[in-house]
Amino acid sequence: MRLIRLPHETDVAGWRDAARAALLVGEPPEALYWVVGDGAAGDLFEGDEAARTPIVAPKVPRAFITLTETVILHRDPGRFALLYRLLWGLQAQPQLLEDASHPDVHEAEQRAKAIRRDIHKMHAFVRFREVEEPEGAIFIAWFEPDNFIVEAAAPFFMRRFTGMRWSILTPDRCAFWDGNSLRFGEGVSRDQAPTEDRLEALWRIYYANIFNPARLKVAAMTREMPRRYWKNLPEAELIGPLIEAAGERAQAMVAAAPTAPSAHAAAEARRRPVAPIVDADPPQTLAEAKAQAVGCRRCPLWEPATQTVFGEGPASARLMMVGEQPGDREDLAGAPFVGPAGKMLDRALAEAGVPRTEVYLTNAVKHFKFEPRGKFRLHKTPDTGEIAACRFWLETELAFVKPQLTVALGASAAQALLGRKVTIGRERGRVTALPNGEALWVTVHPSYLLRLPDEEAKAREYARFVEDLRGAWAWRATK
Amino acid sequence: METVLEKLAILADAAKYDASCASSGAEKRNSMASKAIGSTEGMGICHAYAPDGRCISLLKILLTNYCQFDCHYCVNRVSSNVRRARFSVKEVVDLTLGFYQRNYIEGLFLSSGIIRSPDYTMEQLVRVAESLRREHKFAGYIHLKTIPDADPLLLARAGAVADRLSINVELPREESLARLAPQKNPERIRRAMGGIRLKIEEAKEARKESRHAPRFSTGQSTQMIIGADSTDDLAILGSAANLYGNYKLSRVYYSAFSPIPDASAVLPLMRPPLMREHRLYQADWLMRFYGFAVEEIATGAVGGMLDLGVDPKLAWALQHRECFPVDVNRAAREVLLRVPGFGTKSVKQMLSSRRWRSLRLEDVSRLCRGIKTAMPFIVTADWQPGAAIDRLDLREKVAPQGELFA
Repeated sequence: MRLIRLPHETDVAGWRDAARAALLVGEPPEALYWVVGDGAAGDLFEGDEAARTPIVAPKVPRAFITLTETVILHRDPGRFALLYRLLWGLQAQPQLLEDASHPDVHEAEQRAKAIRRDIHKMHAFVRFREVEEPEGAIFIAWFEPDNFIVEAAAPFFMRRFTGMRWSILTPDRCAFWDGNSLRFGEGVSRDQAPTEDRLEALWRIYYANIFNPARLKVAAMTREMPRRYWKNLPEAELIGPLIEAAGERAQAMVAAAPTAPSAHAAAEARRRPVAPIVDADPPQTLAEAKAQAVGCRRCPLWEPATQTVFGEGPASARLMMVGEQPGDREDLAGAPFVGPAGKMLDRALAEAGVPRTEVYLTNAVKHFKFEPRGKFRLHKTPDTGEIAACRFWLETELAFVKPQLTVALGASAAQALLGRKVTIGRERGRVTALPNGEALWVTVHPSYLLRLPDEEAKAREYARFVEDLRGAWAWRATK
Repeated sequence: METVLEKLAILADAAKYDASCASSGAEKRNSMASKAIGSTEGMGICHAYAPDGRCISLLKILLTNYCQFDCHYCVNRVSSNVRRARFSVKEVVDLTLGFYQRNYIEGLFLSSGIIRSPDYTMEQLVRVAESLRREHKFAGYIHLKTIPDADPLLLARAGAVADRLSINVELPREESLARLAPQKNPERIRRAMGGIRLKIEEAKEARKESRHAPRFSTGQSTQMIIGADSTDDLAILGSAANLYGNYKLSRVYYSAFSPIPDASAVLPLMRPPLMREHRLYQADWLMRFYGFAVEEIATGAVGGMLDLGVDPKLAWALQHRECFPVDVNRAAREVLLRVPGFGTKSVKQMLSSRRWRSLRLEDVSRLCRGIKTAMPFIVTADWQPGAAIDRLDLREKVAPQGELFA
């Protein structure tokens, strides 16, 4: 066996040079013994020289370099040999690292995970103490990491506490930030660090009061904040007393009889009576109808939806357009035709010379009907019952607005207005009559244009749609 | 007049019933250019844990615990006789900066009782966050509780400086809210959540176009109280699924209704149902990361309630033995994710590893923690569960003996 001595614990470059040299002469993992500094070499036995196959051009994937940089920070003395075994294995099987259940790969991943956790815990559990110095305040922390992670963990503190001067002292290494540069030095002993800070009393008060004694879960706490960290956490001295008193405090809360409401509460209650939820009288104005529709329960569609999307536009509009139902965007925004179909309608209205501000826009159904599919809500066509339930609101809108012409956008709207199933193709582009004799104009819904698969059909149908809108607007003008 | 120390005791105590503590998901930033303090690097950090097992990541306090509302489950309701206190904007700013400099916290989670008016209260919260961001160039995490009735302009100001906004739905059923929190309006809560989702998405789109587009909070979350009313688990999960789908929430928190000092006569106090809360979180995970629908989780539940004895995935698997055993060397990812004892990470590693070797039981056990639970449900190169899957006492065989849970 050959002994390789690395000058210090986290010497990635040293390990890499030695490993490369060993590979080049084909030394197998079992022929090497790795130690750091003047560490004891142990028993080096003379074995039979294994057959050596020199590796001419050693190759490693990028992931191995990252893995090495992490694993080497581990305190385990076996890490150098482990990494060399992996390096050796990689020459025969370049994809070795993807085999997560390979014992060496698994062990290295476990080591790397421990390092990442250790760094994370250092970021979490370092507690700075403020010390006044002639040149201003400096923040000093004492910390005892499990592994050799000070250099790896320190840049985080630099990025976070850039505007402070700080030092983190540990038994292995120390990190210093003066506001401009990050330096490292030898480890020191604990007595170099300050022992108190003016805010620790406040921090302890916060810790004690954010704790809920009625839900004691000590194992859950110690899993994430193991006891070995407690000695450097100023709040940890409270843990014992808090646990001890918890049961009694929780019981006292349960046992305590409810007290009478304070006088202040009674005054508040008189000042702000809870408003009645639904007003059952028939609406007298369009605005009243809109306010009432907010609490509509005429069909079950309200429950999964966000809100009632009532019609919008001037109550004096001479043209009213009726779509099917609000979509995803409309449901969130609370206004009709603001999503993709609304954008399409806006474009077509502009092209047809119809000012949107002079049109009352609404839908046959006032709640968004959808089916949840993963992260999306897929539009579902409302059924006859839902359309019928919502006709109350549509008729209310028609009664208040009294448009000269109503435009049905798509089959659901036409069905709602006519009370029967309608084939758009047969009835579009001309005036027909509503059951009450008023004028109706039928065309497609703008979302139909969005769904057409090919560009040519899209352009053709869009032009027809614009023509329909222009025709409706022109007809209204003749009245 | 109380000292800051006394106020902190009162206003931290008043804030502890809000389960949210996340400090993750913010856009990455640091203080290298500003030479101030603060950073967010994606992953949140829990700086301490309290003996209730909850992480302490943020300074979680109320600006004031005076409140006009009379929500019966809440310690701060107007009719409660708890001591009241109010912080000034500057006191909260100083506390946040002081705690942050000492590395106690990731940032601030500020909430408040409703005083004077929703707009007034919301503006006070926004002023704290604006002072931290603008005057102190603080780049740490800020979570603001949002008041649904507040002016949308205030909401926009809040979103411009906060990393997360939240509105608690508290009780998933409308009739419970009407009974226990009469001033809360579920319509307005949902409308406000819809508005926040739109703003988050618009800002994200705009920032794709230009880095200088105004920023807006990167997420919103909510909380539901468990056990204060009679809503069953499936109704709660259905409500959560709806909220995730409608408003793209980062998280739904479930908070076991806990005894509070000076309780209302309307709500009987008892030990908080902690195991029930735990099962709901597990089911929530199944919906978000394991491709389970509420209807599927329901098949493992009894009378609308999740099984307290076994986790919801195992409960589902025991009811669907016809889907097992699955071959670890062949089954697709979605199928492996349904094996009790397998997590998303272990499944990912198995998929990667099996391209290079035929997985044996030993290999699988290296990659997952719950091999004992998984064994009756899987086939490996050297393992066949045989008739184990059909055993009547399978549940007893695989149910964990004393889970890591108090």
